[in-house]
Amino acid sequence: MIDLYEIQRAMRQMRKAAMQRGVVAILDLGTSQTTCLILRFDGGHVPGTDGVGPLAGQSRFRVIGAATTRSRGMRFGEIDVMQETERALRTVVQAAQKMAQVRVDHAIACFSGAGPRSYGLAGQIDLSGESVREADIAAVLASCEVPDLGPDRTVLHAQPVNFALDHRSGLTDPRGQVGNTLAADLHLLSVDAGVVRNLLHCVKRCDLELAGIASSAYASGIAALVEDEQSIGAACIDMGGGTTGISIFMRGHMIYADSVRIGGAHVTSDISKGFGISLSLAEKIKCYHGGLVPTGRDDRDMIELTGETGDWEHDRREISRSELIGIMRPRVEETLEAVRERLDAAGFEALPSQKIVLTGGASQVPGLMGLAARMLGHQVRLGRPLRVQGLPQAATGPGFSAAVGLSMFAAHPQDEWWDFEIPAERYPGRSLRRAVKWLKENW
Amino acid sequence: MCAVRSPREDYAPSRIAYRVNRLWLSPVFRVATLWLLPMAVIGGGAGLWASQPGSQELIQNVRMAVMARMRDQPDFQVKQMAVRGASPELTREIRRVLALEFPVSVIDLDLDAIRVKVSAFDAVQHVEAHIVLGGALMLDVTQRAPAVIWRNAGGLALLDEEGHRVALAERRDAAPELPLIAAAGAERAIPEALAIVAAAAPLRDRMRGLVRQGERRWDVALTGGQVIQLPETGAVEALERVLAMDEAGDLLGRDIRIIDMRNPARPTIRLGDEAFAYLKTLRGLEKG
Repeated sequence: MIDLYEIQRAMRQMRKAAMQRGVVAILDLGTSQTTCLILRFDGGHVPGTDGVGPLAGQSRFRVIGAATTRSRGMRFGEIDVMQETERALRTVVQAAQKMAQVRVDHAIACFSGAGPRSYGLAGQIDLSGESVREADIAAVLASCEVPDLGPDRTVLHAQPVNFALDHRSGLTDPRGQVGNTLAADLHLLSVDAGVVRNLLHCVKRCDLELAGIASSAYASGIAALVEDEQSIGAACIDMGGGTTGISIFMRGHMIYADSVRIGGAHVTSDISKGFGISLSLAEKIKCYHGGLVPTGRDDRDMIELTGETGDWEHDRREISRSELIGIMRPRVEETLEAVRERLDAAGFEALPSQKIVLTGGASQVPGLMGLAARMLGHQVRLGRPLRVQGLPQAATGPGFSAAVGLSMFAAHPQDEWWDFEIPAERYPGRSLRRAVKWLKENW
Repeated sequence: MCAVRSPREDYAPSRIAYRVNRLWLSPVFRVATLWLLPMAVIGGGAGLWASQPGSQELIQNVRMAVMARMRDQPDFQVKQMAVRGASPELTREIRRVLALEFPVSVIDLDLDAIRVKVSAFDAVQHVEAHIVLGGALMLDVTQRAPAVIWRNAGGLALLDEEGHRVALAERRDAAPELPLIAAAGAERAIPEALAIVAAAAPLRDRMRGLVRQGERRWDVALTGGQVIQLPETGAVEALERVLAMDEAGDLLGRDIRIIDMRNPARPTIRLGDEAFAYLKTLRGLEKG
């Protein structure tokens, strides 16, 4: 259990180094697009704000480089062909560096796949009437019973979401308070270890040091949910190319994350198969003419299909827009149904607020609002990422939620389990350090 | 119909291109390439060229030509020299020693060397040399004032108050108004000698000079071979006592060869021959 976090701790150190240097790259490795943002941190300096405060503290950084490219070698948000993914990474990193005119050495990456699985853990320690210290927090986090994650799984996030002191629950920071028992709830997200290893390797092959990894469902939630939604409770559905990520936020913390392995790429492949056209053409007509709610006008709205097969009849076909909608709608419905299932399984109805925010590249299809409202409940809205300083206009669409959220995550990292000192008694066989610790505490 | 397209090249940068790009973006490498490398190349090339004997000769020639051009500029010419504060003889000597041929260029004129040369004169206490506007060399000379005339084994010399030699003298008459001092070591005690001379003002007509004895104390030599021996310390007071005694009992008018004040507590006199004979006769008479 301890060695598992060594890599995470190393990343934290790396992140500190990156903050000190002031430049860090944000990599969003999606199934259909790979994005790189280069952030410059300038130590809380807020230029010329009159009256309007800094954007929820997000103005600490500035995007100085942004580039996006078509993903290569990715399937279902996981690295499938490493060399191809590496090329895509090199392309974006080089383009973003060119825009920023800065060499970047540290990267924070997010990915959507790898079968995330959420666990809620609870731990409790006896305080015997003393005030809570940092070590107690570490101890209560360490006392959480870690479930069997299964073979070849690793922990991506392990965030304390709630502290309770005696009978008072809902504390965000119990340090300094006095009580008898301290209890903590921990949200643990596990993913396939192989995917993380591949990602580490791939980023390393691009001469970058990985300073953190995150789930893109989590990152999208940070960017697309406004602060109220995060605190009252909301779900963020990040509809990406290969996967649809789900993250549920409550009291400012993510309490559940999951992903459905259906996304916009499946819609494209359905269109391609249904009409017998190339994937690129299918993507193009999906983007230009796609929709989800057919109207009478759509029967007369004809879309030309082109092709290069040489068969004149085949290359000069026309379809109506309602035919296209007829192909797209079942797939989107399927996606939303799967999302509904996951939300039900997570007990989303039990939350006080049923807000659902749709974001991600595939959420841009017209008519999704109405369909989602019917399937997921009425409190649905489309979400775009928060505006951060220096972000190019081209990167403000919903497809960049994860990247923007990741940059906010980089600026304000959530406390994770491994940010606290491991309690001394948990050290296996390091008796010397334990002795030193004992001396420090008792003398 | 569609033209057959060749498969598109990979748009992704190759690993090497990516690395080179990153290297180029690193500030140290960039500064090194844009500044240090060109500077090193230019500096190295210049050094290499300059180390060739042929080019060194060329550099020398160019330098000489430039210097010659500068030297010939009329604004840099010095046409005359003025010496201020020196006696006519000294001025003549200075001109003779410096031996400058006007007009001379400022570039060739070494003011420090001129200063050293002029300072080497005995009579010069201090000299300032500078070029004044309009092309003239100005020497401001402060001359030493002779205070005593000193006779030693080598002859006669005029000394100033600090004991520096001002000039050589052929005869005592060259400076009759200056007091005469004699013997080796006298030049190192001139302030004391001057004080003694001042104190001995009443004896001016009779005083021949001061003689330094053993480089530690003074004798006052008077006409008629009389000598007043003064102590090492308190010489002036001792002399004043002698003058007081002289005033009271006409000490110096008597037949006394030496008045010994070396021990101030016990003045001693040595009588002249006649006085001594007279004293003897007197003592014989007293004995009966």
